Amino acid sequence: MPLLLLGIVTIAFCISRLIPANPLVAIVGERSLNNAKVVAAAKTRWGLNGSLPEQYLVYIKNLLKGDLGTSFRTRQPVTHDLLHRLPATLELAAGALLIGGVGGVALGAYAASKKDQPADHISRGFSLLGSSLPVFWIGLVFLFVLYARLGWFPGPGRLPPRTKPPDDVTGFYTIDSLLDGNFTLFRQCLWRLVMPCFVLGWAYMGQLSRLVRAAMLDEINSDYVRTARAKGLAERLVIRRHVLRNAWLPTLTILGFSFAQLLTASVLTETIFQWNGIGSYAVQAANTLDFPAVNGVSLFAGLAFLLANLTTDVLYAVADPKIRLA
Amino acid sequence: MSLLSTEPRLNLDVLPRSSGTASPWKRATVIGGLIVAGFWFVVVFTVQWWAPYAPLEAVGKRLQGPSWHHLLGTDALSRDVFTRTLYGARQTLPVSLAVILSAVTIGTTLGAAAGFIGGRVDSVVMRLVDITLAFPPIFLAMAVAAALGSGLRNAFFAMVIVWWPIYARLIRGQVQAVKHRDHIQAAVSIGATRWRILRKHVLPMSFTPALINATLDLGQVVILTATLSFLGLGAKPPSPEWGAMITEGAQFFYQWWIAVAPGVAILTVAMAFNFLGDGLRDALDVRAKR
Amino acid sequence: MSQSSTTPLLEIRDLHVRFAVRGGQVHAVRGLDLTVHRGEVAAVVGESGSGKSASMLAALGLLEVNAVAAGSVRLDGLELLRAAPAVLRGVRGGRIGMIFQDPMTSLNPVLDIRRQIAEAVITHQHVSPRQAETKAVELLEMVSFPDAERRSRSYPHELSGGMRQRVMIAMALANDPDILIADEPTTALDVTVQAQILDLLRSLRQSRDLAIVLITHDLGVVAGLADTVHVMYAGRIAESGPVVDIFHRPQHPYTAGLLASLPRLDRPDTELTPIGGVPPRLYEEPAGCSFAPRCQYAVESCTQAEPILQRVNDSMVACSVLPLVESTTEASR
Repeated sequence: MPLLLLGIVTIAFCISRLIPANPLVAIVGERSLNNAKVVAAAKTRWGLNGSLPEQYLVYIKNLLKGDLGTSFRTRQPVTHDLLHRLPATLELAAGALLIGGVGGVALGAYAASKKDQPADHISRGFSLLGSSLPVFWIGLVFLFVLYARLGWFPGPGRLPPRTKPPDDVTGFYTIDSLLDGNFTLFRQCLWRLVMPCFVLGWAYMGQLSRLVRAAMLDEINSDYVRTARAKGLAERLVIRRHVLRNAWLPTLTILGFSFAQLLTASVLTETIFQWNGIGSYAVQAANTLDFPAVNGVSLFAGLAFLLANLTTDVLYAVADPKIRLA
Repeated sequence: MSLLSTEPRLNLDVLPRSSGTASPWKRATVIGGLIVAGFWFVVVFTVQWWAPYAPLEAVGKRLQGPSWHHLLGTDALSRDVFTRTLYGARQTLPVSLAVILSAVTIGTTLGAAAGFIGGRVDSVVMRLVDITLAFPPIFLAMAVAAALGSGLRNAFFAMVIVWWPIYARLIRGQVQAVKHRDHIQAAVSIGATRWRILRKHVLPMSFTPALINATLDLGQVVILTATLSFLGLGAKPPSPEWGAMITEGAQFFYQWWIAVAPGVAILTVAMAFNFLGDGLRDALDVRAKR
Repeated sequence: MSQSSTTPLLEIRDLHVRFAVRGGQVHAVRGLDLTVHRGEVAAVVGESGSGKSASMLAALGLLEVNAVAAGSVRLDGLELLRAAPAVLRGVRGGRIGMIFQDPMTSLNPVLDIRRQIAEAVITHQHVSPRQAETKAVELLEMVSFPDAERRSRSYPHELSGGMRQRVMIAMALANDPDILIADEPTTALDVTVQAQILDLLRSLRQSRDLAIVLITHDLGVVAGLADTVHVMYAGRIAESGPVVDIFHRPQHPYTAGLLASLPRLDRPDTELTPIGGVPPRLYEEPAGCSFAPRCQYAVESCTQAEPILQRVNDSMVACSVLPLVESTTEASR
């Protein structure tokens, strides 16, 4: 596993150094390229001195100090940028996980219990839609219908227009506005979360519901289900107490993978809904060839994914008595 | 009085429909998928002969809604959206197909080598697979595409890099499972070379899951291509690539037809290949659950 | 011991079970007639595919959705096949308990055994959860589960096969049912454990006047426990009768063949004599007696009409070529 970490770090480095275009152009401007002193100063400042291996060592050294370099675009340390934008993304992810998780399990269980009846087909169609459409398109359609045409939801953005954010304690606008005592703002921020979270959670919900359905149908044919029925249990109880309890084990395994997909989709959702989280930061970095930022975001994504997988393993061990008691 | 269809019901005297035959619904979706896929295939090759307009030319007034002259309206540069959507297939679909084919080829080669030879080769390949899969796909694709520069060709490389590990892992697993079966041992014992065994025995058996997976994945690659273009990293304007069109559509939010058309196109492609993949799985996978 | 009451407890008449499968249907049970009395141990014997499990599952309504049943199954006069779902649920686990062949897969892997047994109690009795759990421990003690109190919190995968089967028996008897249906209860167990489980069943039957329907393909199991034996072949009864008669004076050629094919400890050097041929595939409806292709006594008329059950002494036999030459069997014990 530490090898994996090293691998991630190295790959991130390699990618950011793959750039054929000369990043110095972005930093010092075309005209100054011939000015040796300016170029040299820039090189030192931005860590571009020395050969590639040397740069790599400097990179690793800085990494261990927690220094991810400085963004070309914002002129701020990348670490600072990331931390500053993390709460926004977390807000989205939490909401999406909640909506997608609860919705997915409910939908999947419902579809399994009404297998081959119309309700089953509808829910499967729903999840198919979710995985056959790009997230950003879904977001656009939602915005168009629910905001532009019907006016049920506010437009994109974390805050209502021309509103100041609450005092920065945690970075979560919702929590901070509560801490401030500003309930109006709290409600507004919460309401603005609904649509992006739903969009973000849609694909996850679709995938999860299909998995839950399949897992449940798998378990339904098990011998212990037959035993439960032979005891005289009502079917509803059979499903709740026996089938679901076993079916949700395999769904845990996709939790890690789904988190990756959530991160992925957050990139797009943040762009559409003008959410200044890590996702939109990544897009801006990629478009401006801001390679310290690209590097930083890649690292962040890889590490977050690793963490999610570890959590999944732990959760699985806790849930399955065979592993827990071993 | 139970509405739960999972409850065992004793049918009295009337035989229920057999569980083994494919439901007509399933068959309909597969046929639908074939038709749609066929349609886009035809479009890719022949659209230049029957499209109403040219994709890059200004042909009317800007930002007009759908009408008889322009079935899906015009965009900000007065181009016909319907034509552009059709031409977009020529951008997205060949690239997506190329990505899948390359990823499968590279993945199969490396995965088969890892599974069959084992040892050091296996370790190295699996390390690479793990590291690549440790990144959420889009971040990796974005990073690589950013590094290489924009354009559909570079997006292609980025996507292949992201996609091959899945197939490597898949094929490796298959090869390992098959390797230990008796008739392989028999082949070894009569002196067949490893290469021959790989080619004639192991690979044919391992290939089915890869084929099914690839068909199902095609839709995802199409979406990823559109996504990269949307983010400015794949095809760029004035290309009629579907993702790029959606970017324009996002700018001209109230002219909904500009974004809706390419989105629906993506939807049809993704669903079609999804159904095809499902159908393939039912037809080919002997171990499929009833 | 057997037949403590003249009115039958479980009465199966002309039971037919068909399964819809890819390519047609399988007629698994073809006109089964079977009676079980209070306190009686009835063994149902047959090869795999003879329809023995399917018939019992049909009685409880536990067949899969692609099955059809016709005929009559009466429990103390109550027609089970046409019973309302709620009534049927009351019977399952309440008046009829059932245990299955593989106790590992028949127990829920993520619940501890105390809770699983308590669940059986709570489903049919109005007691609090805690009372149910206490009862669960008592039931474990009843089935000679060692260290019941402490080990009742174990999970199925922590127990041995014999222990698990005891748990199944405890669950099945939790509500003092009139009948226990045991579907191959010892097949998945070691021989030594088999004997323990059979002993357990024997003592439980004594202490509770329990009727047992013992489904098995193992004649050795039958000899030690059963009062009556019902031999099934190709979905029908071939021969039914008291255990002594069946073993010493089998009437049906199939029964005779089964007994003759048993390996004998007291005659170690003789060859085994299996029954030639294979059981019929149940897709087709055979003309005449289904055993005729493999029967050494078959005559022309055997392939024309299906034999009906006739009474021979204390047994019922379905064979047109009666009486059987008795000296061909050397079953004596």
